Amino acid sequence: MTGATSPPRIAVLGAGHVGPVIARVAVDAGLPVSIAASGDPEEIALITRFLAPGAEPRWAADAVEDADIVVLAIPLHKFPAFDPGLVAGRLVIDTMNYWPPVDGVQELFEDHRYGSSEIVAHRLSRSTIVKTLNHIGYHELDEERRPAGSPRRRALGVAGDDPGAVGVVADVIERIGYDAVRLEGLGAGRLLEPGGPVFGVALGRAGFEQAVHAGAAHGTTREGSI
Amino acid sequence: MTTTAPDAAGGEAGFPLVLGLDTFGDVTDDEDGHPLSHAQTIRDVVEQGVLADQVGVDFIGIGEHHTGDFPMPAADVVLAAIAARTARIRLGSAVTVLSSDDPVRVFQRYSTLDAVSAGRAEVILGRGSSIDSFPLFGYDLADYEDLFEDKTNLFAELLKDGPVTWQGKTRPALHDQDVVPHTESGPLPVWIGVGGSPQSVVRAAHYGFSLMLAIIGGSPARFAPFSQLFQQALKKFGRAPLPVGVHSPGHVAATDEKAQEEFWPHYLEVFRRIGKVRGFAIPTKESFTHEIGPHGALYVGSPETVAQKIAANLTTLGANRFDLKYGMGGLSQAALMTNIELYGTQVIPRVRELLA
Repeated sequence: MTGATSPPRIAVLGAGHVGPVIARVAVDAGLPVSIAASGDPEEIALITRFLAPGAEPRWAADAVEDADIVVLAIPLHKFPAFDPGLVAGRLVIDTMNYWPPVDGVQELFEDHRYGSSEIVAHRLSRSTIVKTLNHIGYHELDEERRPAGSPRRRALGVAGDDPGAVGVVADVIERIGYDAVRLEGLGAGRLLEPGGPVFGVALGRAGFEQAVHAGAAHGTTREGSI
Repeated sequence: MTTTAPDAAGGEAGFPLVLGLDTFGDVTDDEDGHPLSHAQTIRDVVEQGVLADQVGVDFIGIGEHHTGDFPMPAADVVLAAIAARTARIRLGSAVTVLSSDDPVRVFQRYSTLDAVSAGRAEVILGRGSSIDSFPLFGYDLADYEDLFEDKTNLFAELLKDGPVTWQGKTRPALHDQDVVPHTESGPLPVWIGVGGSPQSVVRAAHYGFSLMLAIIGGSPARFAPFSQLFQQALKKFGRAPLPVGVHSPGHVAATDEKAQEEFWPHYLEVFRRIGKVRGFAIPTKESFTHEIGPHGALYVGSPETVAQKIAANLTTLGANRFDLKYGMGGLSQAALMTNIELYGTQVIPRVRELLA
């Protein structure tokens, strides 16, 4: 962090469906944002100009180096080839989902004892992982933003094992226009996954908290609800 | 937004306004609410295409699916049957799942359809939102991007109408192969259906294919930057402007109330079923009301309501084509035929009037 008052610098990794939307809302929230795909930033310059104006296209390594928060927004099936060294020592937001009916079965994520972000955290063992932004449609993320206090402001869950990191990410969630609901531990991030009680559901803070508590009490997991 | 406003419908290149229909061939119910057979559903789609031609619809597209709910794996066969009984309406896929098909066969089927229909065939390529074709033909979803890139590349070569020499990663190479039948009135019009991936927009521009925006949820206006990205990408690749189309679901009936009453229970049932498989929430009446309103993706209502929404969104998006994806799990053949008739006789003339 550069100081208590300066906004965190965001590096978005991924220029597909999700990455540019996250970059756009972060720019709108006044955060410095860079965006990177797997290759030359020149290749995503045009995409960035129209879909996330104000974000800076960069090489992934450069974007990560200057960032306080790295947002991982790549397709999950590309994750096994992702270099953990790239984000070592970094705070990483995992926005990905393991979603077999849509994206197919992937062996790495087939261990149902763990949520997908726990598996990501295991592989990125030198990074601090926080799960959020995975349970709202990427097309909704832009249009559902509301100022703090708005009666129609939607809640998003934030799950992680490091309370400090969860706090930093929760602040970003609040800045971009959502109420942040902190979940206890990355394991509880399973409640945010496909088949969980809040996946793709528009809820305010009270309804969201109620849904995750009820889900936790019933042990809702993706096996349990599909 | 720092980008400039898009041009009005038609864009600076002044493409003609095209108003079409798309269907996935959802299994329809009989009068007692029981699902009809796949065979009857397919014959009913042929009747829908014939009616669409009669009432002045510009295009009918059939989306490839391989499930019991959408028995439409061979859209080109159904389109050929429609071609045989019509003379004017254009015919195409919406979409052809190219990643799990063979580009040579897709080209051959649609160039054959073009011959049968005397030059009325089009192809809309895409992944589609369902994945049923991948296990069926033995493809791994993890290879989706490579498959689509490779096969799109070959498809672009095939359109050049000369002997093809091509090498890729996902299918055997071709050496100086003449692929027949040749089309007689220029290359098949090809579109790429895009649901939200900017990289797909750039790919369409790279190959010189037109852009079909599939807007199936949320505000249509959020796609305006995609349309601008497409035209800028065409410029970057040194290509002339190309048309942009919109594909969105809806249902037209005599009044707003009737359209909503007819559509909502089937919409709820279809999304309840899909939600169960995919693990997302089922729609609520509130979310439905939002989607049929001015900031939603559904075109459900009277001819005037639907026409106003189409005209407004074509203008917002700088698009010149709209394909209404009609039909929704179990809506009766009678309701679908009324929808088509109202779309052709009332919605289309009204949209033309609004955009004139």
